[in-house]
Amino acid sequence: MMRIIPIPLVNNTLMRLVNFISASEPRLFQRLEGHHHKWFVIDATNLPFIICLRPDPKSPRLKASRNRDCPNAACRISGSFLTLLGMIDGRYDGDALFFSRDIYIEGDTEAVVCLRNALDDIDGNIADYVAHFFGKPGKKILNIARKVTPHAHPT
Amino acid sequence: MPTQHKPELVCPAGTPAALKTAVDSGADAVYCGFKNATNARNFPGLNFSFDELAECVKYAHDRKTKVLLATNTFPPAGKFELWKKAIDDAVDIGVDAIIVADIGVANYARRKHPNLRLHLSVQAGAPSIEAIKYYCEEFNVQRVVLPRILTIPEIKSLKKDIFCEIECFIFGNHGLMAEGRCSLTNYATGLSTNMDGVCSPAHHVSYEEDKDKTLTAKLNGFTIDCFSCTQNPGYPTICKGRYLVQHKDNPYYAFEEPVSLNLADLLPELIKAGVDAFKIEGRQRSKAYIQTVVSSWREAVDCALSGRDVKTDKLLSLTEGHKQTQGAYESKRWR
Repeated sequence: MMRIIPIPLVNNTLMRLVNFISASEPRLFQRLEGHHHKWFVIDATNLPFIICLRPDPKSPRLKASRNRDCPNAACRISGSFLTLLGMIDGRYDGDALFFSRDIYIEGDTEAVVCLRNALDDIDGNIADYVAHFFGKPGKKILNIARKVTPHAHPT
Repeated sequence: MPTQHKPELVCPAGTPAALKTAVDSGADAVYCGFKNATNARNFPGLNFSFDELAECVKYAHDRKTKVLLATNTFPPAGKFELWKKAIDDAVDIGVDAIIVADIGVANYARRKHPNLRLHLSVQAGAPSIEAIKYYCEEFNVQRVVLPRILTIPEIKSLKKDIFCEIECFIFGNHGLMAEGRCSLTNYATGLSTNMDGVCSPAHHVSYEEDKDKTLTAKLNGFTIDCFSCTQNPGYPTICKGRYLVQHKDNPYYAFEEPVSLNLADLLPELIKAGVDAFKIEGRQRSKAYIQTVVSSWREAVDCALSGRDVKTDKLLSLTEGHKQTQGAYESKRWR
């Protein structure tokens, strides 16, 4: 199903989403100071595309790519979709996921640590912002995902 | 009937959101630091600005929770102004106590702000009656955070002869910050845990996984450890690295293992020994960690105080390398 979604359409939506989050949570971008110009790859290993983020507060970028290589990327965070969702939803601890090898990081470790800390400082969480952005369908999908990934660590 | 001795539960917070989570999860006090070298968790994206801390202190005080500020690093020559500013700012904000390690910082705080409550950081490494008395007499230190090298009988004995409160770590990353181990990261990276506030600076850390899923952790090019696909990695710190040396056939942990402290089973004994505050480690951890750990320990401390069994089963998944220890609290055989 996800393979047939047109990437340009996804990217249009992702750009609107990152602008929405940037306007709603400027503190997130402040915590990423020093790493604004870098490309972060978020690789949900069981999805057919990766997500690339450049957290420049003046011009944030968020895009999907079917090509899993991202030559300009400073770092990559990999894990299953539900594991990554559980982390940005504030239910899983990033260090614990690393200890259990449910997530894997490559490249610029400082940038990854900074992103993790910035995402964690949001009142509420990014998953709620994304769900809110997509309205009722978004909230419904997030609720289903939360039932599949309970408030516990995966291992 | 005398009031029951009730130790404080002191919890970590690396961000404003984490601090609010700790308060809401049952902390009696939360400790945190400014975004600079004045605290020993000077990690990227972590810690508090002046305005953030001011807002959080109000949040905590409205809910009857104390806020303690860690200024627990050692100022290098010529850089003392940063520590003075941190203390002056902490007083302006109205924190309940500052946690100090350096005698110059303690002296400045004592002379400039005589009413400011001082706690002695574990970083100061004061394990003896004589050392603790010195800090109490010279700087009016009102609480000492004991180094993680004492047994419970030693703590009990020490408590009888000192006239300040004592605080002990009960859970979290088991880094001793003692015996020169923090100097190893300084040697490898040029940055110091004790002066720059950063242990294994993240920009010097790299991970490599090969086709067999063997994970190699490096600090500034030095290999610290390799983990097979079935092994759980720990933090990339030299003191918890595994090394190949001439007199051993296999790589081994030369200093200590990647493991977390968990004193759940010893809580009743620690209360009997007269410990005034229990400290949880983990300012670098997420809100998810804070919520789970603080609420679990809130329940555990309350259970121990009322004589019920203490359970902290769900914490193992949050420990470093998924391993836990009672460290030196249980036995001196632990190194």
